Amino acid sequence: MELLSLSAPGWGVNLLQGLANSIQIAAGAFGLGLMIGICGAWGKLYGGPVVRDLLEVYTTVVRAVPELVLILILYFAGTDLINRLLGAFGYPPTDINGLVAGICVLGVVQGAYSTEVLRGAIQAIPQGQIEAARAFGMSPGLMLRRITLPAMLPFAIPGLANLWLIATKDTALLAIVGFTELTQTTRQAAGTTKAYFTFFMAAGVLYLALTLVSNVVIARIERRSRRGMPPVGAH
Amino acid sequence: MAVVAINRTTWQRTLGWLQPHRVVLIGIAAALVLSAAFFMRWDWLPDFLGLALQGLWRTIWLLIVTCTLGLMLAIPIGLVQVTGPWYLSLPAKAFCTIIRGTPLLLQLWLLYFGLGSLFPQFPWIRDSFLWPILRQAWPYGVLALTLSYAGYEGEVMRGAFAGVARGQLEAARAFGMSRWKIFRRVWLPQALHRALPTLAGETVLQLKATPLVATITMVDIYSVASRVRQETFITYEPLLLLALVYLTITGILVFAFRKLEARIPQRLG
Repeated sequence: MELLSLSAPGWGVNLLQGLANSIQIAAGAFGLGLMIGICGAWGKLYGGPVVRDLLEVYTTVVRAVPELVLILILYFAGTDLINRLLGAFGYPPTDINGLVAGICVLGVVQGAYSTEVLRGAIQAIPQGQIEAARAFGMSPGLMLRRITLPAMLPFAIPGLANLWLIATKDTALLAIVGFTELTQTTRQAAGTTKAYFTFFMAAGVLYLALTLVSNVVIARIERRSRRGMPPVGAH
Repeated sequence: MAVVAINRTTWQRTLGWLQPHRVVLIGIAAALVLSAAFFMRWDWLPDFLGLALQGLWRTIWLLIVTCTLGLMLAIPIGLVQVTGPWYLSLPAKAFCTIIRGTPLLLQLWLLYFGLGSLFPQFPWIRDSFLWPILRQAWPYGVLALTLSYAGYEGEVMRGAFAGVARGQLEAARAFGMSRWKIFRRVWLPQALHRALPTLAGETVLQLKATPLVATITMVDIYSVASRVRQETFITYEPLLLLALVYLTITGILVFAFRKLEARIPQRLG
């Protein structure tokens, strides 16, 4: 147990630092995914035929190929591309900031799932609300901000909650590319001290705590977004 | 298996797909094919083809075995959460929460590295007949993936069991069926039918989870791409091919599940 303490022989601080990194990457990726998702859902529902086709390819490919493969492709290709661009402008190649790379890679993956979740949610809004907004003469941007996004929230929250949990767990995959998030930190600590079982158990407890806390918060948000709506199951 | 005949409808559907705006998609596809033909290196492929096929078989085998075992575990886990006594339903609930609340990669490493590091403390394990199996990586991969599938699926089956109309079970009871017979003939078939769309999605997710076993030295199709990168320094081509392979398997899975769903008579709903 002293291996997990916060003072000198213990690795507690490193694990918590790893957890903080994990949460940062997950939050960033989830946010980026939401932005991509809003644009994507908008494009899929109201975009032109070409835009719809391209988005269809994006969501299909990302949802069918393992995250691990996507992470490798995007990571290698992304760093390669940036370094080539830098080279073209006469700068020396840089090491990409791991946090930013992780957020971008996972964000692109999350975006595909978000697109589908939000599209379903927007389609679940009663049509009369949208028609009323049009009748008031709202511009599309105002309509999105005042009507569509708030009205679709209760429909989108279960799916988005799921996505947030997936985001927190997908950060572990970045350990394979060598980011020092929680799983990678745990692996280093375990390798140094040879106490594999203890450390992986500890990391599991940390992830589980994150999940359970998230669940509580999500339940609150859902209750708030549903205010004024009939309770679930009422017909 | 149905024979796919190129009849008029198939032809018409193809023509319907070839609308003017699809020019963009076709252009992108053509660019991919051309760059694959002229700018990419495929000379490594013959050397690694045998290994790749072996890896592909390993991936498919893993998917089938872990999904089958996982579903067999998930049915009782879902069932006891609906009807079981608290001393069965509580552990089942906890199992689902733990599996769904921690990353699969961590579970895999906990089993492989964690258990592996505990073995030296128990000398009798080394002398047991299981030792030759426990020394290898595949039992841990199969176990981790099976438990993961069982955890997610247990939750799905719980909802499916709870969603079957009470009247169905009461009617079966009125016919004088035994509890086991009700479960086998009425409750389980209807629950499985309800769960089928979700099962299809989860199976695709399970396929996407299989490459993780490459991190514990198992040779699946994903690990072949890593090996090509290490031995020939060719990065993109194997990964591109890998993405295509996974896309194909996913397509087959989705198609198979759709056919399966279509075969179940609708009056079961």
